[in-house]
Parts: sequence; structure tokens; C-alpha cells
Amino acid sequence: MLSAEIIYGLTGVGLFTLGLRATLLQASLLARILAINVCGAGVFLMFVSIAYQGLAQMQVPDPVPHALVLTGIVVAVSATALALALGRRLRESKDE
Amino acid sequence: MNALLWMLLDLLLAAMLLGLGWAAVATRDLKRGVALFIAFGLLLALAWARLRAPDLALAEAAIGAGIAGALLLAALRSEPQGGQPAAVPSRVFLLTLNLFSVLLAVTVAWALLSALAMGDSVRLAQPVTEHLSQSGVSNPVTAVLLNFRAYDTLLELAVILSAVLGVLALGPARPGYRLPGPVLYGLIRWLVPLLIVTGGYLLWVGAHAPGGAFQAGATLAAAAVLLRLGGVDGAGLPAAVVSRWLLAAGLLAFLAVGLLVTAFGYGFVQYPPDLAAGLILVIESAATLSIAVALALAYIGGWPSRRAQSGSLHTHTTEGGTH
Repeated sequence: MLSAEIIYGLTGVGLFTLGLRATLLQASLLARILAINVCGAGVFLMFVSIAYQGLAQMQVPDPVPHALVLTGIVVAVSATALALALGRRLRESKDE
Repeated sequence: MNALLWMLLDLLLAAMLLGLGWAAVATRDLKRGVALFIAFGLLLALAWARLRAPDLALAEAAIGAGIAGALLLAALRSEPQGGQPAAVPSRVFLLTLNLFSVLLAVTVAWALLSALAMGDSVRLAQPVTEHLSQSGVSNPVTAVLLNFRAYDTLLELAVILSAVLGVLALGPARPGYRLPGPVLYGLIRWLVPLLIVTGGYLLWVGAHAPGGAFQAGATLAAAAVLLRLGGVDGAGLPAAVVSRWLLAAGLLAFLAVGLLVTAFGYGFVQYPPDLAAGLILVIESAATLSIAVALALAYIGGWPSRRAQSGSLHTHTTEGGTH
């Protein structure tokens, strides 16, 4: 029987790889930013799967990876905002 | 039987995540990709809930799917329509890339499975549970974020601040939106106060249940996004001087508290146990406002024009048709 941490952990591996592949393959900047976000979501999923494993022994999932991923989600969205602003500026300077 | 049902749910959710993730990055149509990405974020929030990480589920729904989706949608608006035909990658490049992806996936999967096989031999949950009573809060995730690993959160606030300063430095705000129709207008009038109350609740409840500064800040930022979509160019932000202070408030409060405790013989951001609850609440309240202003400014894409800043939804509507 497949345990939840293995199912979600491997899903994370899949998302990480397909996100990274699309980041390298896509031509449009926006599509690349979107792909790197999918890639990051894969990493978060791996982290939380490892945290979930603690449930069996400790009765609670490990809170440290949860805190790290929470930090990661917020940092990812700030980085996305900065990347999108840079992209906009880049296009404007090309148009001029 | 029950375990089998859980496994079926897990497999279904995993398949949908992979399918949506793939579809979001593989499509040529960016609008479609962004819509799929938002759906992906919502399903991911479901996966966090399933993996017993309710703090993450809240953050993902509000930030990962909500704010990030709004940012991408707003960026899409200024993207040239139709776009240039995508360059077709050469066969050699494609082959190398696919080979590299498969190799990488196998390596990472092997590393993950070995980490899972190590079991509970290296786990920080034990010390966190033991010292939770001294942290001033009873939600272990908040305890880690604001007390045990306070350095991480302090630097995270600095990262958010620098990212937003970068956005602000890159030029003027995107043009605002037209006034909404009566239905959207009515919805916004109901939702914005509700979101503000929800934000306050999430901030308060974070001490002992899922919630906290990040979720609360994102909820407040969602109210700002809604206001902007409703034609309020300033998105309900206070005047620029006040907004600047609010933007830095989280980091400043964190640093001030961290340095203040050193005067009483404690380490940097090492709170005295009796005062920890109060100090964490002070930091979290300031951080909530900072995160809300930061995300709102990131969505606007710069400082909103001065004329719009004082306008509330109501006065704007009575001014009418100036847009």
C-alpha cells in the first residue's frame, strides 16, 4: 500500500521537474515565471511530505518544514511580483 | 477499507495536481495557463489540508492561488495579444532537455525516498513540542516562525520589503480599472469589510490555531486588490507617507523588539517567556500591515497616482465617469 507521503512526495518530484523543464523551454517571460512557480510548488510538496511522516510517531506533523514552506510561499510571491515588474519594464524599454 | 479510500483520494489528487501543473506550463495560450495555474493553486491548498498543514492551506489559498493569480492576470493584461510565434526549439535541445529532466526526476525521487526511509531519526518536532509552553503561543507553526526560528521570519520580511522596493523602483503603476457594474460594486461593498474582519481574526487566532501574520496580511491585500478592480486606483491604501511607514513597520517592529530584549540580558529575538505572547502579537500585528501594504503595492505595480489615493469607493462612484 502506498503511503500518503510517498504519493505526494513523488508528485512533488514530478511538478519540480516539469516546472523546471518548462522554465527552460518556454519562450515567453510570463510563461517562464508561471513555470518556475509550479517548480517551486513541487519543492514545497516534497518538504511537507517529509513533515507528514512525523505524524505516525509524534501525533503531529513536523512544524519546522511547515514554517519553512510558509516562508517560501510568501517569498515566492514577492519574487514573482518583482520578476513581473522587471518583465514589464523590459518590454517597455524595448518598445521605446 | 478506510485506508484504501484515503489512498484513492491521494492518488486522484496527485494525478489532478500533476495534470493541472502540466497543462498550465505546456499550453501556448497564456490566459489559459494562468487560469489553470490558479486552479492548480487551489488544489494544492487541498493537498496541504490533506497533509495536515492547515496553516499552509490558508496561505496557499490566499497567497499562492489568490495574490499570485491576481499578479499574473494583471501582467497578462499588458502582455501583447496574440504574441510572437514561439521559437521552435531544435531537436537536439529538446532531446537533451528531456533526458536531463528524466535523470533529474530519478535522482530527486531517489533522494526523497531515501530521506523518507530514514524515518524519524532526524526530526525537530520533538524539541518544538517540548518547548512549546515557553514560546508564548500554542500553535507550533507560529511558535517556529515567530520564536524558535525568528531569524528566518525577520529576514523574510526584509526580502519582501526589498522585492517591493524593487517593484516600486521599476516605474509607475499600471493604469487602473474602470468603474464596475452594479453587481460587482455591490459584491465589493460586502466583501471588503468582511475581508478586513477575517484578516483581524486570522491574526488573532494564529497564536493558538492555524492562521497568523502571513494569512492575515494576504487577506487584507485581497481586499486592496478587490478595491482596485472596483475602480479605486489607490486600492484603499493610506497616503504615500503613511504607506511607506506601514511598509517598513513589520521589519522595524521586529528589529526593535529583537534589540530591546538584548538590553535585558537576553539574546537577539530571544523573548522573556512571560512577555513572549505580547511581544509576538506586537510583531505579528506590524508584520500583517507590512505584508498587506507590500502585496497591495506589488499588485498595483508602483505608487498609485496621487489624485486617486484619497478616494474611497463611495466618493469615487459619486464623482462618476471621470475614468
